[in-house]
Amino acid sequence: MKKVKALQAALVACGLAFAGTAMASGPSSEALAFTCTGCHGPNGNSVGPASPTLAGMPKSVMVETMQGFKSGDINSTIMGRIAKGYTDEQFELMADYFAGQKFMAANQTSDAAMAKKGAKLHDKYCEKCHSEGGSIEMAIEDEVGVLAGQWKPYLHYSLNDFVSGKRPMPKKMKKKLETMHKKEGDAGIQALLEFYAGNK
Amino acid sequence: MSKFTRRNFLKASGGAAVAATALSASPFAIGGAGKKVVVVGGGMGGAVAAKYIRMMDSSIEVTLIEANKDYYTCFMSNEVLSGVRDINDIKFGYTGLAKHGVKVVNAMATGIDAAKRVVKTSAGDFSYDRCIVAPGIDFKYDGIEGYDAKVAETIPHAWKAGAQTVTLRKQLEAMKDGGTVCICPPPNPFRCPPGPYERASQIAMYLKAKKPKSKIIMLDPKPKFSKFGLFQAGWTRHYGYKGQNNAGGMIEWYGTPSGSDDNVLQSVDAKTMTVATGFNEIKADVLNVIPAQKAGKIAFAAGLTNDKGWCPVNGKTFESTIHKNIHVVGDAAIASPLPKSGYAANSEGKVAAAAVVALLNGGKAPTPTYVNTCYSVISEVDGAMDGISVAMVYAWNEKTGKIDKVKGSGGLTPGYADTTDEMRAREVKYAHSWFENITADTFG
Repeated sequence: MKKVKALQAALVACGLAFAGTAMASGPSSEALAFTCTGCHGPNGNSVGPASPTLAGMPKSVMVETMQGFKSGDINSTIMGRIAKGYTDEQFELMADYFAGQKFMAANQTSDAAMAKKGAKLHDKYCEKCHSEGGSIEMAIEDEVGVLAGQWKPYLHYSLNDFVSGKRPMPKKMKKKLETMHKKEGDAGIQALLEFYAGNK
Repeated sequence: MSKFTRRNFLKASGGAAVAATALSASPFAIGGAGKKVVVVGGGMGGAVAAKYIRMMDSSIEVTLIEANKDYYTCFMSNEVLSGVRDINDIKFGYTGLAKHGVKVVNAMATGIDAAKRVVKTSAGDFSYDRCIVAPGIDFKYDGIEGYDAKVAETIPHAWKAGAQTVTLRKQLEAMKDGGTVCICPPPNPFRCPPGPYERASQIAMYLKAKKPKSKIIMLDPKPKFSKFGLFQAGWTRHYGYKGQNNAGGMIEWYGTPSGSDDNVLQSVDAKTMTVATGFNEIKADVLNVIPAQKAGKIAFAAGLTNDKGWCPVNGKTFESTIHKNIHVVGDAAIASPLPKSGYAANSEGKVAAAAVVALLNGGKAPTPTYVNTCYSVISEVDGAMDGISVAMVYAWNEKTGKIDKVKGSGGLTPGYADTTDEMRAREVKYAHSWFENITADTFG
């Protein structure tokens, strides 16, 4: 009898935890996220270099990014078209799922010499917000995008879009990134990419 | 609620909670214990459904019946024809599914007894509580004189990737410069609507580099096709195309106005390598005849098809509207407005999996959501990287009992005037990443 009660209690607790999902008439967090994983990989860990890993992404980062795609503020090929299919609440639900998944660093090569230079550039221009080399742990804590172990081609597209004004960024980041790009040029971006690729 | 049993609780909390609980708290053995699901067909829809049922509720026993040891993806098989990819690059086995606890049985399913809930196979009978069938497609050879499954071994359709893809590639390699490739796309509806036109693009890319005097003639029974404007502009830019029904470029496309039989394929003469349509007769060096299509054989054997040869389903669960407890996913299912694409099959497989898990646990089927993304690579040589895509988000409409396109979402890659070469190049990279991820999501 005690056992039964314990089980009931556990189930009630469990039920409460998911009450939001159960009450909503729309698709669940998982159902929404599962439509993403065909392009973004199992549990949101991408094995395709141009598509970013979503696993572990802080919720606020994902929601803001999806909103940016939807409004057209963030340059995209296909994401703008897809983001227009969802509400803010649905962005939050899918972001909940990916925030709960374990981030796995992309399996990719890194040029050691360039990475060394990239490490210095990172410390000078990026570390303040993307601390510990842009690690996933600090990305989660500080609610910023993960850099270390994210796919190089994806980060390359993003950085190109940032410096060419096709993707908005916070004032401080804009100042830092533009200064870096002015001084170091595209080679600076390359160096940063190699650093993040190797910093697992 | 005096009798607060587990089953009642699950019913009360609804299907969405069932799925969520199963995923997030898998140590909880929920009510699916001892339940059996048999999945018939290990293509894009079937394999992903089998895997996701196990991910959502590992207490459910899942058996996958698949006749072949390996699966060759239809998508990206056009890159095998152009030589960009090897046939082994599109080959996937079932060891990944086995790791998720799916029992993979290498056998041919011959029928389903819906009343007794038994799948009959070459390796014996398999009983189920719920069955998911992913029949894929089969071909309607009867409308084309001189063409059948046997002839297709030498004049391949290559519309199921594998041996015929390799045959067609070899024929293209053996063809002399100045030769003619003739592609006869199928009438609607068919698997992978942009596929024949990406095929023309990929073959043209190969010919332009290796056999530039050659040409490709397409005799199409339709007035237009998927990504119509984008393909034609792409052909004009990369390969020479003089517009609809015009000769002179490397690619020539001849369509058929509705009500006419101009380029509706009538016959194939394998000896003279000639195809005849209502209006045209073309002698080719390499022939690619893609016949009209219908649901795969098992769908007919199991009585899951309508008079048009496809499988009617409830779009919320993908349960057959003909036989209870049997769900049909992928190209064989009538899931319009979802297209017959690999990504749609992936989306449908997951919706069916979630419905099956919820229903086996005594809950209600959760509210589904669906996406399609489909890439076509027009060109992928240095200096001319050009990919295009179509995407759409879909929602279940409880009132009408139909799947709706979500207004404002989706659509096509913009034309050249409204985008940049850099963005078109990115789409090629996204196409290749898409391939890696969807196959990992399905077979990994």
